[in-house]
Amino acid sequence: IFFFYSIHLLHTADNAGQFFSSGHTNNWAVLVCTSRFWFNYRHVANTLSVYRSVKRLGIPDSHIVLMLADDMACNHRNPKPATVFSHKNMELNVYGDDVEVDYRGYEVTVENFLRVLTGRLPPSTPRSKRLLSDDRSNILIYLTGHGGNGFLKFQDSEEISNVELADAFEQMWQKRRYNELLFIIDTCQGASMYERFYSPNLMALASSQVGEDSLSHQPDLAIGVHLMDRYTFYLLEFLEDIHPASKTNMNDLFKVCPKSQCVSTPGHRTDLFLRDPGSVLITDFFGSVRKVEITMETINLTDPIKQVEQRKYSYVDQLPVSEIIHQKPKQKDWHPPDGFILGLWTLILLVFFKLYGMKHLKHIF
Amino acid sequence: CATGINMQAAHWLAPRMTRQCGNDFQEELVIRPLHSGDIYASFQFRTVWETDFMRGNKVSHYRLFPKSLGQVISKFSVRELHISFTQGYWRTMQWGQPFQPSPPGAELWVWFQDSVTDVDGTWKELTNVLSGIFCASLNFIDSTNTVQPSASFKPLGIGNETDHRFLRYATLPREIVCTENLTPWKKLLPCGSKAGLAVLLKSEKLFHSSFHSQAVHIRPVCQDWQCKTTSWELRQTLNVVFDLHNSAQGKREWSLFKMFSRTLTEACPLASSSKIYIDITDNPQGEQFEVSPATPLLSQAVVLGDRRTFSVYDLTQQITFGTVRSLNLLIRWKSSEGDMLRPLLHAERYVAGYGLQTGEIHTLMYNNHPYRSFPVLLLDSVPWYLRLYIHTLTVTSKGKDNKPSYIHYQPSKDRLRPHLLEMLVQLPPNSVTEVTVQFERALLKWTEYTPDPNHGFYVGSSVISSLVPSIVAMDTNSTRERPLFSSFFPCKEESSYFVRVYTEPLLVNLPTPDFSMPYNVICLTCTVVAVGYGSLYNLLTRSFQIEEPSPGLAKRIANIIRKMRGVPPL
Repeated sequence: IFFFYSIHLLHTADNAGQFFSSGHTNNWAVLVCTSRFWFNYRHVANTLSVYRSVKRLGIPDSHIVLMLADDMACNHRNPKPATVFSHKNMELNVYGDDVEVDYRGYEVTVENFLRVLTGRLPPSTPRSKRLLSDDRSNILIYLTGHGGNGFLKFQDSEEISNVELADAFEQMWQKRRYNELLFIIDTCQGASMYERFYSPNLMALASSQVGEDSLSHQPDLAIGVHLMDRYTFYLLEFLEDIHPASKTNMNDLFKVCPKSQCVSTPGHRTDLFLRDPGSVLITDFFGSVRKVEITMETINLTDPIKQVEQRKYSYVDQLPVSEIIHQKPKQKDWHPPDGFILGLWTLILLVFFKLYGMKHLKHIF
Repeated sequence: CATGINMQAAHWLAPRMTRQCGNDFQEELVIRPLHSGDIYASFQFRTVWETDFMRGNKVSHYRLFPKSLGQVISKFSVRELHISFTQGYWRTMQWGQPFQPSPPGAELWVWFQDSVTDVDGTWKELTNVLSGIFCASLNFIDSTNTVQPSASFKPLGIGNETDHRFLRYATLPREIVCTENLTPWKKLLPCGSKAGLAVLLKSEKLFHSSFHSQAVHIRPVCQDWQCKTTSWELRQTLNVVFDLHNSAQGKREWSLFKMFSRTLTEACPLASSSKIYIDITDNPQGEQFEVSPATPLLSQAVVLGDRRTFSVYDLTQQITFGTVRSLNLLIRWKSSEGDMLRPLLHAERYVAGYGLQTGEIHTLMYNNHPYRSFPVLLLDSVPWYLRLYIHTLTVTSKGKDNKPSYIHYQPSKDRLRPHLLEMLVQLPPNSVTEVTVQFERALLKWTEYTPDPNHGFYVGSSVISSLVPSIVAMDTNSTRERPLFSSFFPCKEESSYFVRVYTEPLLVNLPTPDFSMPYNVICLTCTVVAVGYGSLYNLLTRSFQIEEPSPGLAKRIANIIRKMRGVPPL
């Protein structure tokens, strides 16, 4: 069922003008945490805090592809199961009660990530694991984990390079899979990941420049690990002030976490973006546009006619011992009938002796 | 994952009806205090729908039955579907038998209808769709961990034909269960988690427990006592065992609020029956523990071979909630004597041996009945990278060789199929039967290792199915109104009941290579090649030329002026 809900009916004319200028009709989010192992708790907390903000601002679960490489909430080392905290003293549980993780554990690989972005998934992939965006979708992509100059590490066993990422975005552009794309990355030397982008309508933010490390925020002594990274911590605090009708624009997002708070220098890239960042609302990427169309038609539903069968049914015996003992396992492999091999060899020998004469017979027997 | 749309708004105002358009929903909660001080709570939600999915009938009007599962059944021609997600291992010796057994991790077994032509292809698509519905990595189920049992896992629903070609069974012992699996499971319920017993399902308490298992069982059942027509039954079960020290801080006093951090205020308006049963069999005069608020309703049921007495709280009656409009059951222990009834059948499994080359799997099955012997069916599914030597298979009871009356063994194929071993063994009374088989570990290709290979590789639980002799006569009349927990397994004869026991999964280490070696080798080789070849090339091809030193600045300016004048430079 499609919900079309028009938000701007009650707003004034200039808001209506802004609505039509953004050019997108639906929002998607791809949130990826690429780290495994308990000491990388903070990367899962990063991703879940962005997930929480994005859900709060209106993007539904069906439009969010959440990839978590390891399970922290129900990890046996977690002293408070089914929770992932972002603030120390356990103030905010970003895991919540209503979370749907689409790719988890070993499924978070470079191949699956690129397949989700480009849409080239096997036909039996369920809808919740697909990015079904079109040319009017605004997509938010958030990556976090361990990275270096030009690469991002997936699960301690493989990596994705900035060239591959740029090519994936170009594929998306050529297949018209996005209208505008916001790329946020929170890793060490994150700015190197957006250096190679060359497709239009991409805006990128990173938590640190090339040569700098992104640092974590604060440990919690009860849980024993660092809970969040600095950049995402201040990003979460910034997003907590945003509500679905907020008018904050991208320039405020660029100011999140200056060097005094973050120790690293966050960077951004807007040269490929067609619109001016000052006119782009935060809710264009973090929130969701939904339009509702109300129909006055009625549909009559009739009960189907049931055909009554007269067979008698019964329950099956759970452990029919005598049947099992007398059951012969069916032979699946075909073996040639007994005597076939013998006959075949006899034939070969006869042909041999016919051709070369019977004098060889005494050498055999 | 599943996006269910609950059209409950109109039903809040409707009066309760018992059977509405062929849909029926019942919910119940059974609380059984255990002897160790822990407490076992079992939720069951049952939706029965009088419709016919068989033979490709198109169904499009869904009411209480969830649409996502209905579409799965009709699209993949499923006859029965059983899926369970479990965290923790059920300790039979301390806790007795569970109402619905389940192995650690995820388990899925499906009976397809006989109209399916390509069972393996349909199985693969079904696992992918279910992984989307339940937010689990069920797409890792493929031919390397799927088996086709030849005698175990007979259908639990009605049916006359049982051709085992249409059965598939797979387990994922590594699968983690967390809130992301509970959320879509709760969305399948008609009332969601907003009313009825499902409000108690809060993940922070449920996962902070010794054992948590949630399952979905879909099967066709008889509609009435004549059994001429079938209806579809969906059972959602959730079993949880709360630990005395984790959840109750060591005090033997349990309440709904302590267990679930919620109390009950109403039953689900769409439910025809909503009951809570508390097992008071060990407490006939109230000397062991005390239950409050007291209830006059008592019920007796024969379950798992024993006649148990239950206090019943009917949530559809307003009087249950009292004047405070909320129900918070309190169970306070007074004394802790008394023995638990020893379970008649339980099993253990472990790996013996040392080193990373060979090993031995031991499976022990205990028959604790003093004088009766009974047959058990052991199903073992071992992944291909543990090469079993079946010629070393021994089955011994009481020191003597015990020959199984039926063995079905399907050898593995590397990277294609796991081992499947099924045996029907007669367990002598009061004995331990030991099944041992030796194995050798295979060397995997370096791309086949998981990102954390030093954790080890899991071998799924063994399944032991058995008809255990019962102390009291079992109820074979399947159509009488019975509590849900006693009607899960169909009962054909009075003297025994069917039970399924799962052993522990095994964790084995395979020889793990050093994954930094390819990088080391490339660096070393490139260095040697560059230094060796580069120097040799330079020596052979370098030629020396004489070069004039560059003139000073004054001379350069003078040369420029001379060039302009047309005079040769200095």
